[in-house]
Amino acid sequence: MMSETCIKTQSTNMNTGVNQGINPAVADGALEAEQKAKKAEVILELKNVRVQFKGKGRKPIVAVNDVSFQVYKGETLGLVGETGSGKTSIGRAIVRINETAAGEILFKGRRINGVIPKELDREVTRKIQMIFQDPMASLNERAKVDYIVSEGLYNIGGFKDEAERRAKVEKALLEVGLLPEFASRFPHEFSGGQRQRIGIARALIMEPEFIIADEPISSLDVSIRAQVLNLLLDLQKKKGLTYLFISHDLSVVRFIADRVAVMYKGRLVELADTEELFHSPLHPYTRALLSAIPVPDPRIEKKKKVLVYDPSCHDYSKDPPRWVEIKKGHFVLANNAEIDQYLAKIDAGGLANEFLWLQ
Amino acid sequence: MSEPILSARDVVIKFSLRGQTLTAVRGASLDLYEGESVAIVGESGSGKSVFTKSWIGMLDANGWVDSGSILFEGKDLAKFKTEEEWLTIRGKKIAMVFQDPMTALNPLRTIGSQIQETLELHQGLRGQEAKRRTIEILAQVGISEPEMRYRQYPHEFSGGMRQRVVIAIAIACNPRILICDEPTTSLDVTIQAQILELIRKLQKELKVTLVYITHDLGVVANVADRVAVMYAGEIIEYGTVEEIFYDPRHPYTWALLSSLPQLGIKGQPLYSIRGTPPNLFNEIRGDPFAPRNPQALKIDFVKSPPFFQVSPTHYAKTWLLDPRAPKVEPPEIVKAMRAKYERYAV
Repeated sequence: MMSETCIKTQSTNMNTGVNQGINPAVADGALEAEQKAKKAEVILELKNVRVQFKGKGRKPIVAVNDVSFQVYKGETLGLVGETGSGKTSIGRAIVRINETAAGEILFKGRRINGVIPKELDREVTRKIQMIFQDPMASLNERAKVDYIVSEGLYNIGGFKDEAERRAKVEKALLEVGLLPEFASRFPHEFSGGQRQRIGIARALIMEPEFIIADEPISSLDVSIRAQVLNLLLDLQKKKGLTYLFISHDLSVVRFIADRVAVMYKGRLVELADTEELFHSPLHPYTRALLSAIPVPDPRIEKKKKVLVYDPSCHDYSKDPPRWVEIKKGHFVLANNAEIDQYLAKIDAGGLANEFLWLQ
Repeated sequence: MSEPILSARDVVIKFSLRGQTLTAVRGASLDLYEGESVAIVGESGSGKSVFTKSWIGMLDANGWVDSGSILFEGKDLAKFKTEEEWLTIRGKKIAMVFQDPMTALNPLRTIGSQIQETLELHQGLRGQEAKRRTIEILAQVGISEPEMRYRQYPHEFSGGMRQRVVIAIAIACNPRILICDEPTTSLDVTIQAQILELIRKLQKELKVTLVYITHDLGVVANVADRVAVMYAGEIIEYGTVEEIFYDPRHPYTWALLSSLPQLGIKGQPLYSIRGTPPNLFNEIRGDPFAPRNPQALKIDFVKSPPFFQVSPTHYAKTWLLDPRAPKVEPPEIVKAMRAKYERYAV
């Protein structure tokens, strides 16, 4: 079993009998997501996308390498990976901040990367919005909330007259749980959570269909995180929004996402329905990542084994890996030998009980 | 129980900011025992960092310990005034690891010289002897090829490796107390798990008393023997890690546990604490959490609760534990944790 040799176990006194707590709501959630995926149309698709930056020497730095995935309308796709894995670069490539070096990005079937007509560019600007990580840094300190929230409208001429603009700002502020009076204030008058709400209002005012949320709650305090997460879920329900939720925090992703994509060093290594991924992770990196999530339960946390991923475990010299759908809806980056192992594992009835503590 | 090695009593810490006085720590007390590992949990602004920084004289220039005592080795640290006094404690007896390894190291000096400096200053080691010891410590914190790494600069290290170096500097003098202030917050989960393991390993090897400051309850579950929960400058509940997770008594601890996405149920809104923490410039009357607590009693707004004993090791500062208080059930998630604990009790 090759993927087992990839992983060094650091402590092995796991007592699986202790932690078979089953979360009953989870199974329903997975089913629901599956049904949704069957019906849903693809709103965004990435095909072999590559993003690179100029390096110091001759060699470019490849931030995103050969990445392909689809996002269905109305779902939340979580994108996880460590710092520098290229998750933000993907988000920025979709909103056309980063140029792509190869591949295609399709929004509702139309290509939106590279050179595109002006009206399409405008539509993309409106329909795809981004929420940024640090609400302390992403709001213009010198502008009033009124201007910050309506800046996007100014850019695309999204209103007929001043009255309409004001009405839109008011509506957006109310939708994120802020008072319309706040429009005349400056960002420094607000707390972190309120600032992030302003960031969300500024995205909503454009009436987007697709929102890229780049670590929207990582810089917030624990007690405020839940408020913002709930707001995002609520808005999605009301407006049928689609989210690409970028995060390094797997427990948050598990809570909010229908499907999860895992990135490592610029490549996607695995993508599956959230519960499928948490129950039967295949790629050794995913497995290491899951094993590292801190569990708020001292008896489980003190006994769990942490797996360490060593990329040199893959022998890709003769048999290079490809992105395959190994099971319906479950994609993994693997070469032929690994595909055989993974299939054998799936046939053997999923994986052993090693990730029981996550359930 | 044996004598505590450090005993902080009713510590009040104030800061003066633009002519106003802010009370960051409002009468916090904590005892530390030899070789244990205590986690202090709280949100930003709860005073957890400030409280521990006062034990090593590292409050910002506009802050001071207003009252209370911090007894350590027969001395009251709260009375320390001069840098000379602090140098006998800070780094030598009580060491601290900070949050961001990117800024804690001097980018212009080699890793080796930064660790060696501590040894030379506090232990009087010189030359080859100091170098040998430095390399030993590098190996101890899990840095491979320590001889080569000794000559390298911080920029040649990754974030996790740098945090290992910062830990190496902290343990260089065999301190009695090691304070870790959110040492893994800026790191990836996989690296975080490795650093936590290192800290636990070192704690056992060196028999040091560990104080771990964090807002992440998952990390607390990993690292702590005892937990103190802080809110608005007060410790509001403390107990063993099992008591805090499986039998919490303070509504704020309930709320903290309930709002964890790990324990949330998909498709249902996550429990969220309404409002924001109190403004520390103002005087706080009664229980500071009362305005955010939907089940607050009338007395919570009037009078600050005392500590009630739940067990010999478990205390909580809430009127709910008063015999006259109405019975208030903890939230579902907290009850579920308890049930899970009882079902699988070993």
